[in-house]
Amino acid sequence: MSDKEVAMPPEGVDAAAVAALVAPVAEIIGGAEFVQLLTPEGERVDHPEYSQYVADLSDEDLRGFYRDQVLIRRFDAEATALQRQGELGLWASLLGQEAAQVGSGRALRPQDYAFPTYREHGVAWCRGVNPLNLLGMFRGVNHGGWDPNENNFHLYTVVIGAQTLHAVGYAMGIQHDHAVGTGDPDRDTAVIAYFGDGASAQGDVNESFVYAASTNAPVVFFCQNNQWAISQPVERQSRIPIYQRARGFGFPGVRVDGNDVLAVYAVTKAALNSARSGQGPMLIEAFTYRMGAHTTSDDPTKYRISAEVEVWKLRDPIARLKAYLTSSLKADPAFFDDVETEADALAGRVRAGCLAMPDPEPMSMFDNIYVEQHPLIDAERAGFAAYSASFEGEH
Amino acid sequence: MSKVTIGKAINAGLRRAMERDPKIVIMGEDIGKLGGVFRVTENLQKDFGEDRIIDTPLAESGIVGTAIGMALRGYRPIVEIQFDGFVYPAFSQITCQVAKMHARSLGKIKLPMVIRIPVGGGIGAVEHHSESNEAYFAHTAGLRVVACSNAEDAYWMIQQAVESDDPIIFYEPKRRYHEKGEVDLTATSAPRPLFGANIALVGEHLTLAAYGPMVKVCLDAAAAAAAEGKSIEVIDLRSLSPLDLDAVATSVNKTGRLVVTHEASTFLGMGAEIAAAIQQRCFYSLESPVIRVGGYNLPYPPSRLEEEFLPDLDRVLDGVDRALAY
Repeated sequence: MSDKEVAMPPEGVDAAAVAALVAPVAEIIGGAEFVQLLTPEGERVDHPEYSQYVADLSDEDLRGFYRDQVLIRRFDAEATALQRQGELGLWASLLGQEAAQVGSGRALRPQDYAFPTYREHGVAWCRGVNPLNLLGMFRGVNHGGWDPNENNFHLYTVVIGAQTLHAVGYAMGIQHDHAVGTGDPDRDTAVIAYFGDGASAQGDVNESFVYAASTNAPVVFFCQNNQWAISQPVERQSRIPIYQRARGFGFPGVRVDGNDVLAVYAVTKAALNSARSGQGPMLIEAFTYRMGAHTTSDDPTKYRISAEVEVWKLRDPIARLKAYLTSSLKADPAFFDDVETEADALAGRVRAGCLAMPDPEPMSMFDNIYVEQHPLIDAERAGFAAYSASFEGEH
Repeated sequence: MSKVTIGKAINAGLRRAMERDPKIVIMGEDIGKLGGVFRVTENLQKDFGEDRIIDTPLAESGIVGTAIGMALRGYRPIVEIQFDGFVYPAFSQITCQVAKMHARSLGKIKLPMVIRIPVGGGIGAVEHHSESNEAYFAHTAGLRVVACSNAEDAYWMIQQAVESDDPIIFYEPKRRYHEKGEVDLTATSAPRPLFGANIALVGEHLTLAAYGPMVKVCLDAAAAAAAEGKSIEVIDLRSLSPLDLDAVATSVNKTGRLVVTHEASTFLGMGAEIAAAIQQRCFYSLESPVIRVGGYNLPYPPSRLEEEFLPDLDRVLDGVDRALAY
């Protein structure tokens, strides 16, 4: 939190309300363990431990981070619009969390495996999942329409926190495969488990910490603390900062500015390196903000004041990177224009693809319930087929 | 042929499966040095190592959840839940994740997992150690549920379950772990398929259907009834999902009467499903209503009362008599 932000609340925002909100957050953000490499104003700052992890990033890499964030935000906005127009049943927006997702997603190596919640559209993008496939479950045509092993990106998990255990088990499998700590950068593998501040209260998340610590599994727990679990503030979930919980489980925790893509990249890269080398789990708390509603079914005006949102707009992850790229002459106006054009094209493709997405064939609901033949499924499939056929010729 | 207990038979089956497939790992509480609280995994860690016989932290959702991850990485985990009543902390992982992963991935992901659960009462245990929760899992699409009743089946069914590409809940009749049976440990193929029922005793007048620990009770009841001139056919269902209704219907079409028994409470239990299915399939063959003999619809009682709660030989015969009275 810079003085400039505190001193300049946005127009029309009650200054006292902002001050009340900003004070505790400023204390957190100013803390010694809060890693930041890019200030909200786009000023590049150094960190004694983490600057080294971004040292080898080229200007092209940095522009890539920008492009990723803009494209995924545009995709997200299009999905929200599609929901509003009745084309999706629901959408869980990532608005505001682009840096946390792109920074961590880009830190992964191809052999690493990611276990998302249902909001990791930016990570999916970085892993190469076709964004259209993310819409399937929200449109109601499937429960997850991609092959996880194609991009080492597991299916979205809706049950809060359940995937963190899968991530640890997968990491245990990596250990069994002796694909950790060999020193071979193409062999050593880590897992990243995404979850949110709300999930930090779940038993499964806490059990996953226990299992990861007990087995020294190569897993990075990546908590996007977006401050809100639907209507409940993070204080409802945790009495201490979430990253500090790691200590109690016996592994390191670090809090990073989740709206600073460079810092997120650096911290995640360091944690993944550590996990791959056999140093065991780490917890990253990416301190960010859910700019939109929990989902399109949610109404945040019931439980939070708009001034809070306005304050966080000043920490926007894309704006600060744009400011940095501009001031450091790493990108010119033509680049930004090109990205906008590309984003619009992506949105157009996503919209067209969504509208063209066929409803599944009714008979397909009997598919893939079991790998092997199951007589009850067969009998009901046959019964449904006969029942459906009885209407043939009717209008 | 060797005379082995059910516990030893499962141990031998696990051993054989692990020798065949290096991707098999066993995960659970106290299964390593101790060999499990029922010693079913005795000496396996000594012979297969700590990498493959994994003593887990004491958290059941964690056991099943991490086993899912192991399966996603290409392993074939066998999970031991220490007691039936302790599976509930893992209920969400089993019903929401294990059962649905294959369908959710449109067939891309397989979860070849076996979740072993010692089941049922009759051992004088404290609360939560005597539950029969098979209906929950048999009700859940995506899971298969089997229950062994004797040593030979125990030996073969665990091996067949491990070979299945579908997740399987594997019930072991804990009060019968120490009962012995003949098993040919040198045979190279299973005597019967995993998901089919077995006619444990051929009879004419009435069909008694059971699974797991109740099969022996039913065989004893049939022997007692035979002394009174009643010829009873006993079906060991073995698989609860899928349910071999063809075998039951064939038997009922012959005998005209069916009594279904289980330790679990009768309300919405396996007996309710079987009764509903058989009255549809065998309506014109039935000479009497389908009778259910099971646990009362109560929480499992303190152990001093379990003999009153559990269906025993007399209660089964009472059910038989009620059916034969029509």
